[in-house]
Amino acid sequence: MGLSFLHRRQGATPYLLLAPGMLFLGLFFLVPLGFLAYQSLESGSIDFGYAFTWAWHNYSGAITGYGTQFKRSFAYAGIATVLALVVSYPVAYWIAFRGGRWKNLLLLCIVAPFFVTYLIRTLAWQTILADNGLVVRTLTDIHILSPGDRLLATGTAVVAGITYNFLPFMALPLYVSLEQIDQTLIEAAEDLYASKWRAFIRVTFPLSLPGVVAGTLLTFIPAAGDFINAQLLGSTTNHMIGNVINSKYNELIDYPAAAAMSFILMAIILALVLIYARAVGSEKLTG
Amino acid sequence: MSTADITLPTRRSGAKTVAQLLAFVRRHVLTVYSLLFFLYLMLPIGVVIAFSFNHPTGRFNYRWRQFTWDNWLHWNAVPGIQSAITLSLEIALFASIVATALGTLIALALVRYGFRGRGVTNLIIFLPLSTPEIVLGASLATLFLHSTGYGVSIPFGFWTILIAHIMFCVSFAVVTVKARLIGFDRHLEEAAMDLGANEWVTFRKVTLPLIAPAILAALLLCFAISVDDFVVTYFNAGNRVTFPIFVWGAARVATPPQINVIGTAIFAVAVTCMLGNVFLQNRRAKTA
Repeated sequence: MGLSFLHRRQGATPYLLLAPGMLFLGLFFLVPLGFLAYQSLESGSIDFGYAFTWAWHNYSGAITGYGTQFKRSFAYAGIATVLALVVSYPVAYWIAFRGGRWKNLLLLCIVAPFFVTYLIRTLAWQTILADNGLVVRTLTDIHILSPGDRLLATGTAVVAGITYNFLPFMALPLYVSLEQIDQTLIEAAEDLYASKWRAFIRVTFPLSLPGVVAGTLLTFIPAAGDFINAQLLGSTTNHMIGNVINSKYNELIDYPAAAAMSFILMAIILALVLIYARAVGSEKLTG
Repeated sequence: MSTADITLPTRRSGAKTVAQLLAFVRRHVLTVYSLLFFLYLMLPIGVVIAFSFNHPTGRFNYRWRQFTWDNWLHWNAVPGIQSAITLSLEIALFASIVATALGTLIALALVRYGFRGRGVTNLIIFLPLSTPEIVLGASLATLFLHSTGYGVSIPFGFWTILIAHIMFCVSFAVVTVKARLIGFDRHLEEAAMDLGANEWVTFRKVTLPLIAPAILAALLLCFAISVDDFVVTYFNAGNRVTFPIFVWGAARVATPPQINVIGTAIFAVAVTCMLGNVFLQNRRAKTA
């Protein structure tokens, strides 16, 4: 971007370019959020309809009634995010530094599985983790699971599903930040007698932090609102807040409660992101 | 005694190969790990593809019984599956074209011009990407539910699904095209202008061909996201059924192997497109 725009004449052109897209997003993204806020303060019932009454009790009711699901959502999303980071960092590193001319093909291999429809992918995990499936039998044979233990319909399966389903959101930003690192910096550290490991800890990893931040956010945010993994791989005791919002909105037609929960979800995510941003330094968030 | 004499050397050579293997693994630990990682990534995909050739006995397609071509030959034998696929493809086609057009214009404005409100614009582009899908879906559905109160009636169906898909695709298109625009040499445009081309001609003859690959990438990305979307669609579909909604409904009562057939087909098409793109990039890199 730089300063190149300075010798461009100002005028209506940028606004004309922006207008159609921004009007669309305004009308179908921002305005709906306003309607959702309005709806979260309505009260009433399906039969008699809902009316705006400043019903703040929708919020307190959501927190007291579904605190467990809120906590579970953020716990599952947090564990899955850390797992995804640990699992995919070495691979992103390998592709960035050892990929050579195969880089593009390897990246394609990371993205390719995610072109199988999300729901079908998750159903495949249902098959893999099923009670008589290979994974359960192997784990039982080596006594990690005792006979009769299940993986399906447990929190483990839900977290495993979330970890898998959001992997490219973690791996790709990690790769991008690692790929941009100037190799000579790492060589300099090693010339100055840093061991390979020390060079990694002191030079490579800090330089890849923007990717770590972007990856964790891109994984954590959708994971916290997810309900498909909990629905297909878990049982009702593993339900997350997404499941509650979905059933309130689409099955029980309790719009105000669902709206209030959506806003609490957004608020907690925003608060966590801000705390996180402060912890790692806000300049790394914007790149 | 004699047996020990015989087994000892073999055991020693066995220990040696184990040691060699360990040394090899230690040297290539990252490579070995990465290959295992790719195996893990592909595992569910392998299951999806394999079970598209399964002949299940019950209503659910969870256990391997017998190999068959039937599911592929009669891919539309399940009631409702063909219309669901048609709807998904129609929506993806229109949504990706409109979203890419809107997104390209926004990207041009953001990279090429300084204007008041750039920060706000960036924020509004970034927000849909960082909002959980369930909130996007619920809020848009709320708008449509309330629209009747303002004299506009938008019944849930084709148009609401299309609007929803354009909405969540625009930001992806902006990000994709922007990345390419930032990377390319502005002097080419300035040269065209110096040679007397006006802004429109410069755009058509210089800018557009240069960003064409990014526009194509944005189109493909939006298409893929749209075909795959379940959550936002589920909130805004009314009684229309897209392919993911069909799968969701099926998962509760029965999973016909035809679901795997379609999943495999979508996967194959997407991977072919991406391989083509990688191939083109490599060739361009070689000629450049």
